[in-house]
Amino acid sequence: MSVTSSALILLSEEAHEGTVPVIDPTAADGVLSLLWLIIALPALGAAVILVAGGTRTRAWAHLLGCATVLASFVISLLAFFALLGRDADDRSVSQFLYTWVDAGGFTADMSLLYDPLSAVFLLLITGVGGLIHVYSVGYMAHDERRARFFGYLNLFVAAMLLLVLADNYLGVFLGWEGVGLASYLLIGFWQHKPSAAVAAKKAFVVNRVGDIGMALGTMLAFATFGTTAFAGISAVAGEAEQATLTALGLLFLLAACGKSAQVPLQSWLLDAMEGPTPVSALIHAATMVTAGVYLVVRSNFIYDYTEVAQTAVVIVGVVTLLWGAIIGCAKDDIKKVLAGSTMSQIGYMMLAAGFGPFGYAFAIFHLLAHGFFKANMFLAVGLGPAGYVAGLAHLYAHGFFKAGLFLGAGSVMHAMNDQVDMRHYGALQKAVPVTFLTFSMGYLAIIGFPGFSGFWSKDRIIEAAFGENLVIGLAALVGAGITAFYMTRLMLMTFFGKKRWEEGVHPHESPKIMTVPLIVLAALSVFGGLLVLGDWIVDWLDPVVGVTQHHELAFSPIVYSLIITVVVAVGVAIAWLTVGKSEVPRVAPTNVSFVTRAARADLYGDALNEELLMRPGDRFVTGLIAFDDRGVDGAVDGTGAAFAGMSARFRRLQTGYVRSYALSVLGGSLLVVVALLAVNLT
Amino acid sequence: MDPTPFLALSAILFTIGCIGVLTRRNAIVVFMCVELMLNASNLALVTFSRVHGNLDGQVGAFFVMVVAAAEVVVGLAIIMTIFRTRRSASVDDASLLKY
Repeated sequence: MSVTSSALILLSEEAHEGTVPVIDPTAADGVLSLLWLIIALPALGAAVILVAGGTRTRAWAHLLGCATVLASFVISLLAFFALLGRDADDRSVSQFLYTWVDAGGFTADMSLLYDPLSAVFLLLITGVGGLIHVYSVGYMAHDERRARFFGYLNLFVAAMLLLVLADNYLGVFLGWEGVGLASYLLIGFWQHKPSAAVAAKKAFVVNRVGDIGMALGTMLAFATFGTTAFAGISAVAGEAEQATLTALGLLFLLAACGKSAQVPLQSWLLDAMEGPTPVSALIHAATMVTAGVYLVVRSNFIYDYTEVAQTAVVIVGVVTLLWGAIIGCAKDDIKKVLAGSTMSQIGYMMLAAGFGPFGYAFAIFHLLAHGFFKANMFLAVGLGPAGYVAGLAHLYAHGFFKAGLFLGAGSVMHAMNDQVDMRHYGALQKAVPVTFLTFSMGYLAIIGFPGFSGFWSKDRIIEAAFGENLVIGLAALVGAGITAFYMTRLMLMTFFGKKRWEEGVHPHESPKIMTVPLIVLAALSVFGGLLVLGDWIVDWLDPVVGVTQHHELAFSPIVYSLIITVVVAVGVAIAWLTVGKSEVPRVAPTNVSFVTRAARADLYGDALNEELLMRPGDRFVTGLIAFDDRGVDGAVDGTGAAFAGMSARFRRLQTGYVRSYALSVLGGSLLVVVALLAVNLT
Repeated sequence: MDPTPFLALSAILFTIGCIGVLTRRNAIVVFMCVELMLNASNLALVTFSRVHGNLDGQVGAFFVMVVAAAEVVVGLAIIMTIFRTRRSASVDDASLLKY
């Protein structure tokens, strides 16, 4: 090897050194040795409830479900403080549980990795998840399958916790699939509604596409590095071939697209609103959609070496953040507006994650802030319909008394389903004051009102985007404006203006068990922004994602904050001018622009899937069936038919007449004689 | 000794028997024609035995006669049975064993 090339290698190693940290955990001790309980408790809860069955556990399943998750939260909190007490360089802890797979040259341990990144995820999942559990006690109070619901919720949380605690890709894959299963069960929880069953199936199938990326990525990682453990891979990732690293990055991006509902695998998220509202909150805030962001940030030791995959992440993020925002502008279904908004916000996170070490911290920060306010919003939305349910039940009880009472259970669900249309809301701020106030906190946070958590987190991402590339920065800025528009539209249509309620609807505030989690989350939406003050989150995540090198910015951060605030204000103003000033029609207007129509149809995402994937797939399968019927079956049947036809002709020789047989014998003999003569004569 | 007349006679007899087997319908006549063919071949065997000056051909002829005698017994029995059941000795009538 020549001197120059080795010098080059040294140079490139130096360039990466310091930016890509190697994961080198120490063994867990003290309170940190309780890590496994964080996963085990919800898993145990799920096992007990689901194995014992709904009828036997009905009385106490919800208590068990809440207790396990809250206990996990307490342990997470203790572990967090234990980690806080350590040196910044010593905050990576692993706990070996047992050898999971030991086959030939392949060994996978079931061991946990607890570092600053896992720590914030644990707090988010168990904290927000716990609040959602508590809220569900009230929300699902009248559902006779509530016990099973809590079993699924616990399973969801346990799978997500395994996903963020596993110290290797195979363990992440296990949690990944567990999350997919639990989301399927929960989205389709009201499986008697065909739409819910279809939505669950859609979520499952679309997620499978992403899971292919996860599975192939894990296999490729093992084939390349000989291990799937983060610690092992991060130590040698820089030495792998560029093409392999890019392939790994793209495969994990595909996986992240599936779980995080990023374009092109975004279509399941809007339909997933068919699940009970706490499920939507859980999917959007604590589990599921955050998994993709976690995967990208966790795999920083791969993405940092591959420019192509990072660019792909940025592109996916930008496209999705605009895509989701545009959809959010046109929907009348309050839950779907929020779903579009989730897509958009996760797009921001992916965008930040694509910026490398600089962006990882902001991605995670936005994720936390988003978790707080999105959970808050979904839960608040849940209160509206819940009020309607009570109202309708009231109506049924008085109007149809006996007959109606028995018909009620099914119809109420149906009525509630209809009541997600914002055009039938309006003027709710007096009817549900606590919900209104807490929802407002979430609203201000998501549009990035100065001082609220969304302001701090989104600000930094847009700043970073401008530092990266002007076009990306502008796209992120426009996304912020659109976010302000659709969220203001949602607020105006829901809480202000005139009453546009259905007849007989008497909304009233929900019980304490549902409003208290809201208040907690609203407080977090407000104060979550303090996390970023003094760059706390950046310093905290530094050992995991590497030293953050700041981009050169054209202006000072304050100028960017001002620009963003102005754009947000413009978005709010446009919403006020178009929605707030005039009366909202009860039926969605049909003479709308092409853009609105496209956004109402989810920007034709489903149509695109149908045209590009489903139809060609259909045709391919039809072709295969035809080939099987005519080609394969034809060859087999044809051979048989040919022999049958031949034998039908040959058996005509068997006439039954002795003389014809005699003639054959004579003919044969003559032939033999002639042949012998011919042989002898020559 | 010139074997030609004997062989010619043998060939003529064989051909007559052959044509009889192929053309006649009466089972008895067919049977007699088969015997004619056997004896024609016997004549050829004895002639060649004489030409070569050894006994192989004559031994062969005796074997043919023995087999023919046995065949006559079995064949006539079959013809008798067919005649009893079908009231006919025509070989064309006994044509059930076909496709």
